[in-house]
Amino acid sequence: MLQLIRSAEGLSRGEKSLSSEKSVNEQRRMLVVSTGAVGAAGALAAVSTLLMSMAPSERAKAAGAPVEVDLAKLEPGMLITEEWRGKPVWILHRTDDMLSKLGETKDLVSDPDSKLPMQPEYATNVERSIKPEYLVLVGICTHLGCSPTQKLEAGEASGLGADWSGGFFCPCHGSKFDLAGRVYKGVPAPANLEVPPHQFLSDSRLLIGDDAARS
Amino acid sequence: MLTPVTTWIDERFPMSKMVREHLTEYYAPKNFNFWYFFGGLAIFVLGIQILSGIFLTMHYKPDADKAFASVEYIMRDVPLGWLIRYVHSTGASLFFVVIYLHMFRALLYGSYRKPRELLWIFGMVIYLCLMAEAFFGYLLPWGQMSYWGAQVIVNLFGAVPLIGPDLAVWIRGDYVVSDATLSRFFALHVIAVPIALLGLVVAHILSLHEVGSNNPDGIDIKKNKDPISGKPLDGIPFHPYYTVKDIFGLVIFMIIFAFIVFFAPEMGGYFLEHNNFIPADPLKTPDHIAPVWYFTPFYSILRAVPPMFGSQFPGVLAMGGAVVILFFLPWLDRSPVRSIRYKGPLFKISLTIFVASFLLLGYLGLKPTNIWGQLGGADVATVVAQLCTVLYFMFFISLPIVSILDRTKVEPDRVTS
Amino acid sequence: MKTIMIVIWSVLCCSGVAAAAGGGYSLNNANIDTTDAESLQRGAKIFADRCLSCHAATFMRYNRLADIGLSQGQIKQYFIADDSVKVGDTMKSAIDASTAKQMFGVTPPDLSVVSRSRGSDWLYTYFISFYKDEATTTGWNNRIFPNVAMPNVFSQEQGVLRAVYAKDDKSIVSLQRETEGTLTSRAFDDSMLDLTNFLVFMGEPAAEKRKQIGSLVIIFLIFFAFMAWAVKREFWKDVH
Repeated sequence: MLQLIRSAEGLSRGEKSLSSEKSVNEQRRMLVVSTGAVGAAGALAAVSTLLMSMAPSERAKAAGAPVEVDLAKLEPGMLITEEWRGKPVWILHRTDDMLSKLGETKDLVSDPDSKLPMQPEYATNVERSIKPEYLVLVGICTHLGCSPTQKLEAGEASGLGADWSGGFFCPCHGSKFDLAGRVYKGVPAPANLEVPPHQFLSDSRLLIGDDAARS
Repeated sequence: MLTPVTTWIDERFPMSKMVREHLTEYYAPKNFNFWYFFGGLAIFVLGIQILSGIFLTMHYKPDADKAFASVEYIMRDVPLGWLIRYVHSTGASLFFVVIYLHMFRALLYGSYRKPRELLWIFGMVIYLCLMAEAFFGYLLPWGQMSYWGAQVIVNLFGAVPLIGPDLAVWIRGDYVVSDATLSRFFALHVIAVPIALLGLVVAHILSLHEVGSNNPDGIDIKKNKDPISGKPLDGIPFHPYYTVKDIFGLVIFMIIFAFIVFFAPEMGGYFLEHNNFIPADPLKTPDHIAPVWYFTPFYSILRAVPPMFGSQFPGVLAMGGAVVILFFLPWLDRSPVRSIRYKGPLFKISLTIFVASFLLLGYLGLKPTNIWGQLGGADVATVVAQLCTVLYFMFFISLPIVSILDRTKVEPDRVTS
Repeated sequence: MKTIMIVIWSVLCCSGVAAAAGGGYSLNNANIDTTDAESLQRGAKIFADRCLSCHAATFMRYNRLADIGLSQGQIKQYFIADDSVKVGDTMKSAIDASTAKQMFGVTPPDLSVVSRSRGSDWLYTYFISFYKDEATTTGWNNRIFPNVAMPNVFSQEQGVLRAVYAKDDKSIVSLQRETEGTLTSRAFDDSMLDLTNFLVFMGEPAAEKRKQIGSLVIIFLIFFAFMAWAVKREFWKDVH
């Protein structure tokens, strides 16, 4: 493009032999450059229109809207799976026994205090939750995106050995997570399971996907 | 002037050479007028249609159950989707406006005459592809007009003797226009025809630059060259002179384009038809169906020819012939001069009648045949359409005689302004 | 050049006016203002309360009502009765399509884009042209949609109209009020204008935004046209 502008100026120089040639060319150059700039701005706006159309549509946004969950029927020790933005979200009602296990696994996991900056700040405590008993996790392994299986029972029954203290096990590459979703040392997964943004609308109503109103 | 980068490229690809041959040292006659904007504009609209089409394809679903809804999804849920859709629908109509004016220019100034016969034929094939592209694309919104328009046009192929019915079924891939038809029309609309169009446009431009542009005087600017530089005296480099002029014309065109897109996207039901906002219903034909405006002259010809020997085929033949006959224009015109400026009264009258009957046919094609009432048992509009059909063909048939008998003026040696 | 521009512009303007009309009987002019948020909100309420019981608007999302000045909270409170429906959902009918078909003989059409196929004048005239007709199954008929399957859902508000026929043939001369409704004739017509207004909005929710962006685009292009013209004139000084 620049080459074309230059050649345009060259041509006009060749065909005209005015004494004020230099100032004419300077004026012409200004005109071409400023018009080109305005045209480029217009073209940019047109292209951005096209690119904006690739952002999530209203339908995608509606499908990814926050999900309300009623926790009244969720007994201690039980886990339910909800879908939010197409991903499984686990809500685990932990028993006191389960919570006490988090002390045992503290030394076995690689990031016990959730230092990696990928979760809401209310998930950096030991329980990784707003209310200690309710654990809310995105059920996607942080390694390569498989969904880990639930091995909530501790001990031999889990099939993961007698010293298993309950948690999640990823069948794809063997990553292990404890009952707060913290990743064990020496497994492929690099980080703890993700805690999605969430808030409690009341004692038994949970909203997944929006924590804006949380004070 | 050459940077190391351009040198590097030029040693491997003829970039600077192409810029010279097609822009900076392509000498175009200096007397181009208003009618010479439309070739460039057609390329612009083609670009617009391809770009907007790519982004529509990301959201559209070529499925009889989902197509209509996916268009409304684009109109409502996709960010700025309505804008892209309106640009595409407006672009379709304006493409034909531009192409018809571009073709009319060729008629005015004899741009199809030797040595530009092949240029004209490439152009005509582009026009045919454009009609196919528009026809396939028109089915995609899957509204009532889309559906019944496609039904009627595919049935025209059914009128071909012997193989007709099988041919129509084969085109549809079903006994009626259906999901199978929609899917194949989609494939043809977004892949096959655009590729053909792009190739043809390149051929059209290459052949134009091989023989050089015609001009409103219809004389050959290569006859008068500067004895020293060898450049045509009446020629100016396409770039910068016609690039800056065409950009100005383009912006004016874009103002009209934007006005329609933003303030009259339906264009009173001519660009987006009211009935096409009703989903396709194979069990119920709308009261009045007509093709989109750019097909109506030919549709009128089809309707004007009565069935003969119990077959619609003569009408179909006449409609096809109305397009095909344009291909022969370079050999029908035998006038010693190219441009209308130096042709005589016979040709001027002949061309005026031709354009008037084409426009009248286009108008009548939009309306039901009873619009002008009846006279002696026949629809007046049908009789007028029949008359116009005859006049349409007469222009071509009489052209060899008209162009020979006509009292032409002497062409000037150099272009006039 | 000038004359051609004039021709193009006048064609542009004329074709906007030449819209399709309904057959036979001339339509009432629906004098609506698509920028009147209050009218649109009243219309939306009528639509949600009355039309959505049988019809659906499957392309229209509740949260799009934000475009006519309603907050998410208001949309939830005034427009969504069913707790399982979210503000991002599309407007479904209260009865399912097959039940509706049994009741009326036809599936009530989806109304998302009805204003784009029918036009505002037709819709407005349709709403106010129902009359009592014992010959039909529903007991109702419509002056511009003969033997329509839909009953007059607004007879409470409008009162009951009767057709007055011409002496020599069966054509309808006028509709005459038989019983008064809960609304005055004027107030009823206004409410139907609100409903029409809303249907027009729903047919193309982006319409107002389209015009706003359009003005900016055209102002920009006119400015750019002047610059492009200046460049053209500058270069063409060389050509003699």
